[in-house]
Amino acid sequence: MHEAFDYALVDWSRAQFALTAMYHWVFVPLTLGLAFIIAIMETLYVSTGKEEWKRITKFWMILFGVNFAIGVATGIILEFEFGTNWSNYSWFVGDIFGAPLAIEGILAFFLESTFIAVMFFGWDKVSKKFHLAATWLTAFGANISALWILVANAWMQYPVGMHFNPDTARNEMGNFWEVFLSPVAVNKFLHTISSAYTLAAIFVIGVSAWYLLKKRHVVFAKKSIVVAATFGLVAILYTIVTGDGSAKQMARKQPMKFAAMEGLYHGTSGAGLVALGIVVDNQEDPDNENYKDFALKIEIPNLLSYMAYSDFNSFIPGVKDLMEGNAEQGIPPVMEKVARGKVAIQALTEYKLAKKAGNEEQMLLARAALEENFKYFGYGYFEKDPDALVPSVPISFYSFHIMVALGFWFLALMIIFLVLTFKGRLETSRFWLRMAIFSIPLAYIASQSGWVLAELGRQPWVIQDLMPTMAAVSQIDAGSVQTTFWLFLILFTALAIAEVRILTKQISIGPKDGGH
Amino acid sequence: MILKRILRFYYEGFRRMTWGRTLWTIILIKLFIMFAILKLFFFPDFLGTRFSSDEERSDYVIEQLTKKP
Repeated sequence: MHEAFDYALVDWSRAQFALTAMYHWVFVPLTLGLAFIIAIMETLYVSTGKEEWKRITKFWMILFGVNFAIGVATGIILEFEFGTNWSNYSWFVGDIFGAPLAIEGILAFFLESTFIAVMFFGWDKVSKKFHLAATWLTAFGANISALWILVANAWMQYPVGMHFNPDTARNEMGNFWEVFLSPVAVNKFLHTISSAYTLAAIFVIGVSAWYLLKKRHVVFAKKSIVVAATFGLVAILYTIVTGDGSAKQMARKQPMKFAAMEGLYHGTSGAGLVALGIVVDNQEDPDNENYKDFALKIEIPNLLSYMAYSDFNSFIPGVKDLMEGNAEQGIPPVMEKVARGKVAIQALTEYKLAKKAGNEEQMLLARAALEENFKYFGYGYFEKDPDALVPSVPISFYSFHIMVALGFWFLALMIIFLVLTFKGRLETSRFWLRMAIFSIPLAYIASQSGWVLAELGRQPWVIQDLMPTMAAVSQIDAGSVQTTFWLFLILFTALAIAEVRILTKQISIGPKDGGH
Repeated sequence: MILKRILRFYYEGFRRMTWGRTLWTIILIKLFIMFAILKLFFFPDFLGTRFSSDEERSDYVIEQLTKKP
């Protein structure tokens, strides 16, 4: 532990951010996916001219509106927290984080807000085609909003395209395209939005299944299922493909997270993928909280190696290789990085002192040392507790496996619903209709698990290798963070209850030709 | 003329709202809590309110990042 940091403050700040981010993400994926499902339904209305599709579109648009209205602006709280609780971080990231968020605010939010008004107010005021265009633009606007935020998040996982300015203590963007098109950003965006589309598809199928079980709005429900299951099948297949892309990036850019999510301690060639496992304390070294073992595991041979490098025999470093080093594989021990991180931190101190003293020669020397070692800057905080560089293995392992298992369940569900539709057996398959309803909360669990893996799996970093979470927080009173944590819990819980109550009320009313 | 039509479009839209009124009430209450209570009383800009120049802010952050245990 680093005595210079108040860990109660760090923990409460983290808890508060996690709480608000997770609640925010309750609303976002349904907005992202349902917007496209509605756009497809309206396209069917405009192209076929059948009023039934208009009725279907309008109903799902109501549910979209409820979710959008309750979720809108919940993300702003995260920005409040950046400025108050995470001021060191906010300053350090400079315009790398600010630029994408500003673009999001100006471009996407206004695009989205403008066309949402046409979507809801414009049914009889604008032409069919203009209305349809507004619906599609709303969907794209929502997804563009997500793009910028995910680019910013990806930069935290894989910081590129910037240089650190020791005069301002800020990272400055050197190459926008390197930030925007980093392979981590591209994969993260595609994986996140496709998983959101899957969630929305399951939502539509689940709600429609409820109508079929109740024998209400049967035609409406069947048509909704056809659109949602087709869209969902494409979405879940793409989620799997992009998930594979994300895993490949993680193996290269965040190997510790990759090892933790598979509970891999000893690196090996031809590593197997643990399909099912129960993590327990390791009997060899039970005092080491980062060293776990499996009480039970079912492993698919060589699959982890393939997942990481498209080669069944490639070497995958384990936690121990990354901590202690593996000369044979060219992996340095972590203490080497710690030493270089310390040099970088010391160089920053010396640079500042030399600048104050007006010693240009010393400034140049310090700057050179800083630049040479900057990529290990964050490691300098871990001299006394290098074990803290290992994320929680049980959380990483379980969140990854829950996400993947549910992902394959959703794939099966989409296929089953399409088969039942084409065989004309939807109404009679009551078991599967119940499974669809049951899958709605599972879709949210899978979506949240993905974020748990992404964010807890990269601990202790807030910016990979550069800034540990503990160095990112503002020196404020832990008690005030605790107070706002409970305030947010009350506020967001009230919003979630309002969301569920209004949604269930609208669902029980069902589709009609009513207003907005 | 166009501006007038746009304003009328929004005015009519809001006036004819049925269930949407509940949502707008929720949105307005939420925004009030966020900006008039949370932001104002609980979430001041930490560096913005404590320091008057960017130089002071960067000095402070460097001090924070380089402090010894």
